[in-house]
Amino acid sequence: MNFADLLLMRQELMLTLLALTILILDISIHENRKDIITRIAIILFGAITLIGFIPMAQGELFGGMYRTNALLSSMKNVLNLGMFIVLLQSVRWIRLEKNREKASEYLILLFSTLIGMDFMISSGDFLMFYIGLELATIPATALAAVDRTSPNGAEAGIKFIFSSALSSGILLFGISFIYGTTGSIYFTEVAGRFGSNSLQILGFIFFMAGMGFKISLVPFHLWTADVYEGSPVNVAGYLSVISKGAAVFILVLLLFKVFGTIEKTWEDLLYILAISTMTIGNLFAIRQNNLKRFLAFSSIAQAGFILLGIMGADQAGITSVVYFMLIYVFTNLAAFGVVSVIYFETGNETITSYNGLYRTNPLLSLTMMLALFSLAGIPPVAGFFGKFFLFTAAASKGYYILLLVAVLNATVSLYYYLRVVKAMFIDKNDNPIPYFKSDLITRISLAICLSGIFFIGFFGFIYEYFFRLTVEF
Amino acid sequence: MSILWYFILIPVLTIVAILFTRDCKSTRVAAAGGMFLQLLMAVALLFMYFAQRNAGNGAEILFYTDHVWFPSLNIHFTTGVDGIAVSMIMLTAVVVFAGIFASWEMEDLSREFFISLIILATGVFGFFISLDLFTMFLFYELAVIPMYLLIGIWGSGPKEYAAMKLTLMLMSGSALLLVGLLGIYFSSVTVNGQHSFNILQIAQTPLPLSAQRYFFPFTFVGFGILGALFPLHTWSPDGHASAPTAVSMLHAGVLMKLGGYGCFRVAMFLMPQAANEMAWIFIILTTISVVYGAFGAIWQKDLKYINAYSSVSHCGLVIFALLMMNKTSMDGAIIQMISHGLMTALFFALIGMIYGRTHTRMINEMGGLMKVIPFLSVAYVIAGLASLGLPGLSGFVAEMTVFIGSFQHHDTFHRVATIIVTTSIVVTAVYILRVVGILLLGPIKDDHYHHLGDARWYEKLSAGSLIFSIAGIGIAPLWLSNIISGSLGPYVVRLAQAVTGF
Repeated sequence: MNFADLLLMRQELMLTLLALTILILDISIHENRKDIITRIAIILFGAITLIGFIPMAQGELFGGMYRTNALLSSMKNVLNLGMFIVLLQSVRWIRLEKNREKASEYLILLFSTLIGMDFMISSGDFLMFYIGLELATIPATALAAVDRTSPNGAEAGIKFIFSSALSSGILLFGISFIYGTTGSIYFTEVAGRFGSNSLQILGFIFFMAGMGFKISLVPFHLWTADVYEGSPVNVAGYLSVISKGAAVFILVLLLFKVFGTIEKTWEDLLYILAISTMTIGNLFAIRQNNLKRFLAFSSIAQAGFILLGIMGADQAGITSVVYFMLIYVFTNLAAFGVVSVIYFETGNETITSYNGLYRTNPLLSLTMMLALFSLAGIPPVAGFFGKFFLFTAAASKGYYILLLVAVLNATVSLYYYLRVVKAMFIDKNDNPIPYFKSDLITRISLAICLSGIFFIGFFGFIYEYFFRLTVEF
Repeated sequence: MSILWYFILIPVLTIVAILFTRDCKSTRVAAAGGMFLQLLMAVALLFMYFAQRNAGNGAEILFYTDHVWFPSLNIHFTTGVDGIAVSMIMLTAVVVFAGIFASWEMEDLSREFFISLIILATGVFGFFISLDLFTMFLFYELAVIPMYLLIGIWGSGPKEYAAMKLTLMLMSGSALLLVGLLGIYFSSVTVNGQHSFNILQIAQTPLPLSAQRYFFPFTFVGFGILGALFPLHTWSPDGHASAPTAVSMLHAGVLMKLGGYGCFRVAMFLMPQAANEMAWIFIILTTISVVYGAFGAIWQKDLKYINAYSSVSHCGLVIFALLMMNKTSMDGAIIQMISHGLMTALFFALIGMIYGRTHTRMINEMGGLMKVIPFLSVAYVIAGLASLGLPGLSGFVAEMTVFIGSFQHHDTFHRVATIIVTTSIVVTAVYILRVVGILLLGPIKDDHYHHLGDARWYEKLSAGSLIFSIAGIGIAPLWLSNIISGSLGPYVVRLAQAVTGF
């Protein structure tokens, strides 16, 4: 192995270096000047994100444990973009007096989860997959509890670590079945030996249950709302987009790479999961007043829609999932960005407290409205295109009943998204959230999100770009 | 650049211009300027269309442009118009223009109001110029969603309820529509391994009958909800009653036409056999629509509710006539769309102006308005007469053609349905004359009314442009009828094939 081979892992290597740099800076910089660490982290990470777009050779390392190609890099790029926005949105939180000392640990935890996700996406066997998964999960649970002193934060952390441990256990149990029946942990070999053996199917079901926890599919979603509510808003945004996105990507990859031979089985499974996830997620979202819980259930429902794209089970299906995730990153982070800036400025995070927001903070309200419309799939914003292509993927396989359930669910989701729009634009309030000027970095992050929401849909070449990448898949 | 693209470009530029305005005066001037330009473009399009036809261009679709958007899914941005689309664009341009002037006094958040209104108009224009199911669907939803804000923010009465009800019902319609459209897409013949969203391409080879049977109901009902198809019309009275004036005008005048136009251009054109098989179900439903809407209007006391129910009745007549599937009745259906669009817009504009003066819409609280606001009252009478089908106005041309066309069927079912529907004319006369009698004639009920001022210049402009169009169609119906029936050929041929079984 020479240096050029190692460069295949440039994404992971750069992130590791970044995490170490922060660690060293944290030790060597004086207490009063620690603000600079955040700035350096953002700049360096921005550079890493940009470098990620430079095309790269594909290849394998460590005897097939690690592999990379253009599609996998593009998935990592989607996550990087999301992480960059999360970083920008975290600045306001880091600047709070009580969080100053936590800045470096917060950043290191964030980056280590990303390293884990990148390894997971690039994994070529179940071992690397599992290591990546845990590297992504354990720091994430610490992130959920990063508000150490608040009881909600502790509750969120405990709930998250327990459910993660449980789901990882179930996942491992499933993998052990798969290993036992196929005699290999390498994806390529497992795929060749995977049949309709009932023990293998059982192993697959356990595996799916474990993944269901990570993506928060119903009925494995119960941790989601509590964890989002207890963690700081920026972390909740991170969990709903980056964490979920990585899990969706690896699920797609594994379903096709490893479990391609039992496509019928997992399509049946996903059929049920998709219907329950969309419906339950939507029905619970209707009842929420806390915006973090609201967005938690909305993101559960969105996961149900993503499953439709996976069920498309061909090139267009995979493309639609990756494309949707890209849009979802911008959209959901725009919504979380607005929630977080309002929470940090005024301490409000309920829908009713947003009453009359448009009269005092028109730009924030418009951003929120566009984000919600994009989540609901209303043209001309990008969410419409994302959802349309997911639905097209499902229809291409002839799942019209499922499609009908999905589109009706999309209408239900429109109802609760409109509730927030109604609060901001229509409801009168004698005592609305007063006008405030949000800081520059938050505004930049929201502007990035908005431009994504506006333009990704119109630019057909972005979809075509992913479509070309999935050819080699 | 095709002339049709200006119909998207001008509204978008108008919105950008409005973003830079400072106060409500410059906002409305910008909006009015943009929409006046749009009206000029529509007139120009009409003349260019005539010029092409006179030059002997017999193509089914004129000004055809085709740009690939998402190559892997074969989604294009395809535009093109035939005579029907041209007349719908003309209608839209007139109604939007009148709508801007009807909301001249909008001061609360006027920028947002005009932007939402123009987004709605963009959706409608885009829908009529599209020939690709994807963009059609996109523009359809784009036209529906601003309604929520328009009704919710600037509406009156139980506006939040009405806005939510309207949006959710219409969006459920578009949900069904999406299933139908994707079904059509995947049932279409593949060329070079790709299905097609292009209406003209899909139409070249008939869809398999089984697919038609599945997806016709989805598509037809999906569009039908927007066309106030009984029993899914309930969003319409509440929505119209709560909406601000210009929104009611646009909504009843133009947006509901999207439903009828879609039923016709997508559902029936692409799936003629299924349309023929299932027509009887929808004929029964629309017959109920027509009669129920007319009777519903009699019972109402609120001017807007009266007009909303009357819209249910008239839009029911549109779909009824389409389902009769012969050239005369379909010709009538299109004229009815345009005629109803104009007169209902005039109605809603006048109701808004009267309400702005008397601050009530209850007919029993008003009276003798003819003595104090003669211009508005006379205009109201003209709208009423057009609605009840007086010869010389557009309503007569439309309804006459519809009834003659429908009665051409020889079987009992169609004839009975036609006779039942025809009775609605009488009922229409009852509710129109009742309102005119109570509202405009008789003694002045309230002393405050003595001081009411008559229409201002912008109100006259708004009402005048609509009256001009209504009378124009009524006096010289042939030119409109010629544009439409010249383009009906392909539809009639396809439907006739379906009936005779080829």
